[in-house]
Amino acid sequence: MAYSEKVIDHYNNPRNVGTLNKDSKFVGTGLVGAPECGDVMRLQIEVGEDNVITDAKFKTFGCGSAIASSSLATEWLKGKTIDEALAIDNMDIVEELALPPVKIHCSVLAEDAIKSAINDYRVKNGLEAIALEKSHH
Amino acid sequence: MKQPIYLDNNATTPLDPRVLEAMLPYFTEKFGNAASRNHAFGWVAEEGVDYAREEVAKLIGCTEKEIIFTSGATEADNLAIKGVFEMYKEKGNHIITAVTEHKAVLDTCKHLEKNGARVTYLGVKEDGLIDLAELEAAMTPETILVSIMYGNNEIGVIQPVKEIAAIAHKHGALFMTDATQAVGKIPVDVNADGIDLMAFSAHKMYGPKGVGALYVRRKNPRVKVTAQMDGGGHERGMRSGTLNVPGIVGLGKACELCRLEMESEAIRLSALRDKLESTLSKMEESYVNGNTQHRLPHVANISFKYVEGEGLMMAMSDLAVSSGSACTSASLEPSYVLKSLGLSDDLAHSSIRYGLGRFTTEAEIDQAIEVTQKAVNHLRELSPLWEMFKEGIDLSKIEWAEH
Repeated sequence: MAYSEKVIDHYNNPRNVGTLNKDSKFVGTGLVGAPECGDVMRLQIEVGEDNVITDAKFKTFGCGSAIASSSLATEWLKGKTIDEALAIDNMDIVEELALPPVKIHCSVLAEDAIKSAINDYRVKNGLEAIALEKSHH
Repeated sequence: MKQPIYLDNNATTPLDPRVLEAMLPYFTEKFGNAASRNHAFGWVAEEGVDYAREEVAKLIGCTEKEIIFTSGATEADNLAIKGVFEMYKEKGNHIITAVTEHKAVLDTCKHLEKNGARVTYLGVKEDGLIDLAELEAAMTPETILVSIMYGNNEIGVIQPVKEIAAIAHKHGALFMTDATQAVGKIPVDVNADGIDLMAFSAHKMYGPKGVGALYVRRKNPRVKVTAQMDGGGHERGMRSGTLNVPGIVGLGKACELCRLEMESEAIRLSALRDKLESTLSKMEESYVNGNTQHRLPHVANISFKYVEGEGLMMAMSDLAVSSGSACTSASLEPSYVLKSLGLSDDLAHSSIRYGLGRFTTEAEIDQAIEVTQKAVNHLRELSPLWEMFKEGIDLSKIEWAEH
């Protein structure tokens, strides 16, 4: 299967690879997927004043599309408010990276990772977790 | 050095230029139909087919009359299994095969199950070999056929063919083997091995695609298969259809070259394979899949834990290899062969198959080692699982959100 140029770019030059201090109350961590399924994403956000995401990092075990989806997600998250981040839809990722149908689950996983990181941050800061839509797969 | 480096010789092999040279006249001036008995064009074509039949027979130790040319190993598998099932219906309806067989065998068996066959799918031990005691226990008076592959396409393990044949024969069943990966790579002798039917193809041994053969034993016992295509009664009535003369000549030439060069080639390739494998398996958390004593000389299958196979192949775009990862197929299920060895799904997802061939050089292997090491290290830097492993977290204790 041929990859789009954008997937190859993110794959070759992944943005924001790394780890934030998961114990910090300003950091939310989302760990989604399963090794048995062939993809695991860990996405972290650091939230500053006014609910603005000041930093985002990821590490992903998975195929090129999974790595590119999470790399793109971290790029988009930086500078967004939590509410704006919650509005990111997996189909935005599909469109941006031109993912083929068989790779849509990678974008779904990235959306799940964003929401799960936000929830981790909310719970740490005494807020209720937001009910997540059941994954579309 | 040509890029990318071709290390997927279990999928297909390049055509040897000497094979091409032998084939070319049969497309043009020697274009005749081998079945035309009454003019020189037919005779010349038939000579080419006769030469090929003789070379194929020499390579596997049988007589010319025991070779049925087909379009490839898949057709030969179908003809053998369906043909035996129909021919020996009176005797029984039971077939024994193994879970690690190629789909050409497994799906043919599944098809026959819909038509009244009872099929036993033997499991394999963790080294990929079948358990002979289990085979013995599965034999019944209704068993007409045991079909077990010679060498496995994914991990290269060689089944104890001679012992399997003896068990089949003791219980009055025929023994068939899909030897696509073995013929031309290691010595295969149908008499020494006790093989009654054997499928193989040209494009796995530096011949052309679209041609293969089925060996059908003529003596002790005389084996018959029901034809699966109706037509002109070619190939002793077992496979109708005008002979693919250039392809058949190519198969013959490929067999001749393998017969002459296989022995030294196996030594060369296993040395290269061992170099690749021993270097890569020294990397932390890498595992060689399948039995390493009984296997083909040119295959290595290695899992690099905490790295996903398709992602890894993308990082190794200078190498043409294959992976047992789900992501390489539409199914999202990792390799059924690796899973049947008892490999966990995550290790199956992390596997890479290296298939060496006649044109593989030592310089290419050195580069393959370097590219693989670099890619594995790079992806582990990106892998949350690797980080957790390094922190001493037991990944099996984590509740993963299955999706």
